[in-house]
Amino acid sequence: MNAKTGKLALVVGIAAFAILPLFLKGYGVYLCALFCVYLMATLGLNLTVGYAGQMSLGQAAFFGIGAYHAAILLKLGWPFFLVLPIAAVACFLVGLLLGFPALRVQHHYLAFATLGFNILVFLIMRNEATITGGPLGISGIPRPSLFGISLDADLRYFWFTLFFTVVLAAILWWLLRSPWGRAFAALRDNPIRAESLGINITAYTLFAFAIGAACAGVAGVFYASLLQFIEPSSFQFSYSLMMLLAVIVGGSGRFFGPVLGTVIIVLLPEWLRFMQNWYLAVFGFAIVALMIFLPGGLLSLPERLGWKGASK
Amino acid sequence: MTTTPSFLEVKDVRKAYGAIKAVDGVSFSVGPGEIVGVIGPNGSGKTTLFNSILGQIKPTSGGVEFCGEDITGMSPLELARRGVGRTFQTLQVFTHLSVRDNLIAAAQEFKSTMPARLFAAPDAGLGHHADEMIEMFRLKHVAHLKAGTLSYGQQKLIDIAMAFMPAPRLVLLDEPCAGVNPSLVDQLRELLCELNRTQGGSFVVIEHNMDFIMKLCPHVICMVEGKVLAEGPPAEVQANRHVLEAYLGN
Repeated sequence: MNAKTGKLALVVGIAAFAILPLFLKGYGVYLCALFCVYLMATLGLNLTVGYAGQMSLGQAAFFGIGAYHAAILLKLGWPFFLVLPIAAVACFLVGLLLGFPALRVQHHYLAFATLGFNILVFLIMRNEATITGGPLGISGIPRPSLFGISLDADLRYFWFTLFFTVVLAAILWWLLRSPWGRAFAALRDNPIRAESLGINITAYTLFAFAIGAACAGVAGVFYASLLQFIEPSSFQFSYSLMMLLAVIVGGSGRFFGPVLGTVIIVLLPEWLRFMQNWYLAVFGFAIVALMIFLPGGLLSLPERLGWKGASK
Repeated sequence: MTTTPSFLEVKDVRKAYGAIKAVDGVSFSVGPGEIVGVIGPNGSGKTTLFNSILGQIKPTSGGVEFCGEDITGMSPLELARRGVGRTFQTLQVFTHLSVRDNLIAAAQEFKSTMPARLFAAPDAGLGHHADEMIEMFRLKHVAHLKAGTLSYGQQKLIDIAMAFMPAPRLVLLDEPCAGVNPSLVDQLRELLCELNRTQGGSFVVIEHNMDFIMKLCPHVICMVEGKVLAEGPPAEVQANRHVLEAYLGN
């Protein structure tokens, strides 16, 4: 597939997805919007894990920080378009603060450090009831308006979320094509060589981590407005694991990997519901089989089959 | 000993691991544009000496000066910013990047500031220079392939080309001929001579290939058991009785 055909396919794909909810009922529309929300978080996680090579099991914590920012500030009547950058910047700064001590360690040690952070954030959300509402969470979170048009309707809110997902993806695409993207890949491939070539691995690693966190924060804002209710269990460690699964299943370090991976984690369990009690077992088995036969993720399939011009 | 003004000055560097003296009081200097070879048997402390100079490990005692500045114990990042480059004993390329991207990555950090690079062109303005290096190292036919998919010899060429991409003032090459076929060894020597001529940097080269070192380096140091056993013009070192006994044999 050449670049022109690829771009055309992308535009057609986005357009098709944009009109898909017109043929769906309420729950289907909700799932499409939820897919967009998780995609924002997994695109950010792909930057941290796939491109910069830093293992993170704390993405759901940043997702939660963004969501609670939105819930609290939107209920105070702050405008959505002010809350969105505030949540993104807050998560970026928390990502930097966490990164300074945590990124001194690598691989599974880093995974455990971020896991600990996720548990800590979860406990704060659950126990600091005066701010977070505790286990009961926060309800009645308003949805925004755009040019005086209310986005309370699910379909409108889906289009709104889809638009920002595409914008976020475009920003990440531009970032990864810049010299910064090359530096991220260099430090992932060989940090010792990268440093000997003047690449400031500490700074780039921190930024990759913080940008990934900011993406999760943005996703959290859209999540809070989508559900109009949040509670701590939506930001547990298991959700971080699920997001990591989406990145790895789709193809870590491949731009469109999280798209496929998020489809799998959001939609596949729904499609398998007809199996009733067996659906989680089948889902788990499918993931294990995928990891055995396609460790590079779904997008590595063309390479595995030896197709020329395999997707990146 | 070099007669030109000192560029790199290694002063009585020692590195011990417990009772083992890996480098035991090594001193030498390198002048601007000079190529110095370092030879010696395996375990003689050559790579430890390199790592001590290049901040990969901290020497137990002694010092290293570069252009009059004390660089002892400086991090590889700080050294890179001062124009000191290196290659490693084992292949160190960015396997998932294309050959062209490997070369651009090797030099992009020396172009503008980190925030400015975020908004720079994808090739950081280095595309033309990378293409020249690709042409020079005869890698044009594989320029857009991922480095990790290429042969050992091709990756070795990329590895060396990367070190020279930012036009460093001093390059330390650790066994550039290791695992390279004889025809490539000659090509490599010609390339290094050309880079020395065009870029004007100084090189320190660790190598076991005596033919390569004798043809490339006007000044050779032989290390044995962490110490400098002999140094001087290559023919003189090669004929040295102690060097023959300890390293080259008869």
